[in-house]
Amino acid sequence: MNRRNFLKKTATISAGAAILPFLKYMPAQAAANSDTLVVVIGNGINSLDLHRKGTNRPSYQVTVNLYDRLVRFGVKTLPDGSMSYDSTKIEPEIAESWTISEDGKALTFNIRKDAKFWDGTPVTARDVKWSLDRAVSLGGFPSVQMKAGSMTKPEQFVVVDDMTFRIDLPKPSKLTLPDLAVPIPFIINSKAAMAHATKDDPWATEYLHTTPAGSGPYKLERWDSGQQFIYVRNDDWTMGELPAIKRVIVREVPSASTRRALTERGDADFYMDVSPKDAKEFKAEGKVNVFGAPLENSMHTLGLNVKIKPFDDVRVRKAIAYAMPYQDILDGAAYGRGVPMFGGKETEPSTITWPQPFPYDTNLNKARALLAEAGLKDGFETTLTLNLGLADWQEPAALLIQESLGKIGIKVTLDKIPGASWRTAALVEKRLAMYLENFGGWLNYPDYYFFWNYKEGHLFNSMNYRNEEIEKLVDDTLFMDVNDPMYPVNVKRMLAIAMDEVPRIPLYQPYLDAAMQKNVTGYVTWFHRQLDVTTMKKS
Amino acid sequence: MGNKLTRIGRRLLQAVPSVFGIIVISFVLTRALPGDPAVYFAGIMADEESIAQVRRALGLDRGWFEQFGIYVMNLAQGDMGMSLSTGRPVLEELLSRLPASLELTLIGLSFAVLTAVPLGILAATRPGSWVDHLCRVLVTAGVSLPTFFTGLFLIYIFYYLLGWAPSPLGRLDFLYIPPPHVTGFYTLDSLIAGDFETFRASVVQLILPTVTLGLFAMAPIARMTRASMLNALGSDYVRTARANGLSRHVVLITYALRNAVLPVLTTLGMVFSFLLGSNVLVEKVFSWPGIGSFALEALVASDYAAVQGFVLSMAMLFVVVNLAIDVLHTIIDPRVGMDD
Repeated sequence: MNRRNFLKKTATISAGAAILPFLKYMPAQAAANSDTLVVVIGNGINSLDLHRKGTNRPSYQVTVNLYDRLVRFGVKTLPDGSMSYDSTKIEPEIAESWTISEDGKALTFNIRKDAKFWDGTPVTARDVKWSLDRAVSLGGFPSVQMKAGSMTKPEQFVVVDDMTFRIDLPKPSKLTLPDLAVPIPFIINSKAAMAHATKDDPWATEYLHTTPAGSGPYKLERWDSGQQFIYVRNDDWTMGELPAIKRVIVREVPSASTRRALTERGDADFYMDVSPKDAKEFKAEGKVNVFGAPLENSMHTLGLNVKIKPFDDVRVRKAIAYAMPYQDILDGAAYGRGVPMFGGKETEPSTITWPQPFPYDTNLNKARALLAEAGLKDGFETTLTLNLGLADWQEPAALLIQESLGKIGIKVTLDKIPGASWRTAALVEKRLAMYLENFGGWLNYPDYYFFWNYKEGHLFNSMNYRNEEIEKLVDDTLFMDVNDPMYPVNVKRMLAIAMDEVPRIPLYQPYLDAAMQKNVTGYVTWFHRQLDVTTMKKS
Repeated sequence: MGNKLTRIGRRLLQAVPSVFGIIVISFVLTRALPGDPAVYFAGIMADEESIAQVRRALGLDRGWFEQFGIYVMNLAQGDMGMSLSTGRPVLEELLSRLPASLELTLIGLSFAVLTAVPLGILAATRPGSWVDHLCRVLVTAGVSLPTFFTGLFLIYIFYYLLGWAPSPLGRLDFLYIPPPHVTGFYTLDSLIAGDFETFRASVVQLILPTVTLGLFAMAPIARMTRASMLNALGSDYVRTARANGLSRHVVLITYALRNAVLPVLTTLGMVFSFLLGSNVLVEKVFSWPGIGSFALEALVASDYAAVQGFVLSMAMLFVVVNLAIDVLHTIIDPRVGMDD
């Protein structure tokens, strides 16, 4: 007896239960209904408040679905039919319109009159200010992300009147507006939250941790930590097209094999973040659909620490770039679910497309010649570190790299470390010689990627790379408008330097895949890598 | 009776130093874990400044002795701290997850005992027969098959291919709402609430994980039963009993089994404690919201409070189980009975 049959049988029984004063179980037709979506995820959420310290990545989806922001990104359909967010299109959400002052240093937002929190109170400029003040004041990741948009102090956020809100910037930046569309600056019902604020906890972190207070398209019905959480649609939401799905049950299923079995059996409608291997096999079997777009501004790369010999020698780095088994990695680690980042034809890029293929391909003779030139004809020994939390692609990739480098005399020892230790060793202490990593920038600009990854001392520059020209180029370009004639010139120069000096070697651009039943559509790949339910449909 | 009470009291007192030792060791060991929780919990994009903020907020910038002092003080007030990886108090987390693990482990263990003990007795009474061989095969399989393999295999057959088992979605299918909390055991709580539909649902969810766990736990129990039964059956008192013409049943149960069951009981205590900690793989495969998966995630994230809480509660449980076994020993052991 499968569940659908079981449901049919019990439907009659539970019809009686519905009359009882309280329901002990949900209406049995829930799962079969076209307005309920059953989602399985691997890692559970740990907070309903993204500003809180220690909130994990899966929890971002709560903020995405429960809260609104001033603005949001649009959605585009890619040539292969999959959908992705559109970083070039910024749409109104809470703000119905906005103006940017002549000097570019003041952004004024007009708040929609029909914007209402779940409790029916209108969204005002004071709520917006309180929420943004909170994002820059609580510290940790939210503050860092706000800083990327030049927002660092509460004084920058000004309540002009009830329905008008202004952000003052120290200098104009193209990153401010898109930074308002990322999950961080979500708008909280400040009256509801402040009623629970205390002297020690002025930002009501304890309250919002377990009780959301927003205006978004979904409300939270329940959260059983470690098991599941359930969204129900906010029928009064008018900030966009009313979502088609009324109720979303998100169930935590830690084992990938179990998630797959549930999806194939049809008990789960939607399986978020499918591993490339499963995505390939789902596609081959054809029972369920797999959709996903390449993650923008993201690459899986091999980092080389230029402070550790012999990676200080650019010839050694190039030798390794020529010794990467690119195609094998794409087949064996990404299972074909990646965009090639090798075999580029240009050493001086003619476009600012990012990411774009680097001018390297597997060529062991060239690699050997470069090593010999660097005086390392007989090779050397080194350690390749990988993050156990990302073992599903890093482990096969590391094994392939180990084998390939062995052919040019480089003896590689693999070192696997858990996520927390990896982060300390790679990003903070920056002491790993050779390692695999997967940075993805939330704001889709090449100069933003360079800011985090190629500027000295920045968190993701775990290669300890420093290049005077890059330092200056990034500083000059980061705030520059994309229509500035110097913008493409500067970006192309950055790319050319990164390609020539290769402190990090791109392997491929990953996909963010999801598997879903054939009657489920509307999945959009987002930079934040979470499921946005608003676009989902089930027939 | 008073004698026994003092004995139990003394046993309880003996546990105090070990519990204190465990507090110290778990505190030191968690701090010796590689990885910096401040870096981990500051998030993916955090810079040095925000990492320092998190470190201050977690109290990790203080010295070890100061941290330990604060920890013990809080512990004395029943506060085990906050789990950073789940964002809830550790105590609350343990109270909601321990029953899940306990329920599964107890039922798995009962299943194992109910199959392994008769099997062991039968194998011992008929050495070399097909029962003995079956026992050997089961024991070997139970020991050599990893639990996650057995679990996935059972899911594949009974859920995926045959569709007999419910979806492996943890303690209850998502159609059901957990019964009101009384014991934390869903089976018991739903019965207390008089909700037979939920009871049925929680029982069917338990079947596959129970069998998985039971197969694993069966091996040591069956082996121990068989060995000690063989030992007892070959002993002088059984020969005497037989020579006196006592019935086969009385010889087997009253004389042989009562003596043979003591080492089995000791094994049972060991197996129970072992299962509780090691059923993490079963929990993962069946999405069981138990204590094992919680501890594993906490370890990976260097979540100090959670790891300490887990170790401490496990240690307490170990102490309680051993105590219970000791008490049972005194009740069952005929020699202890004669002393009184």
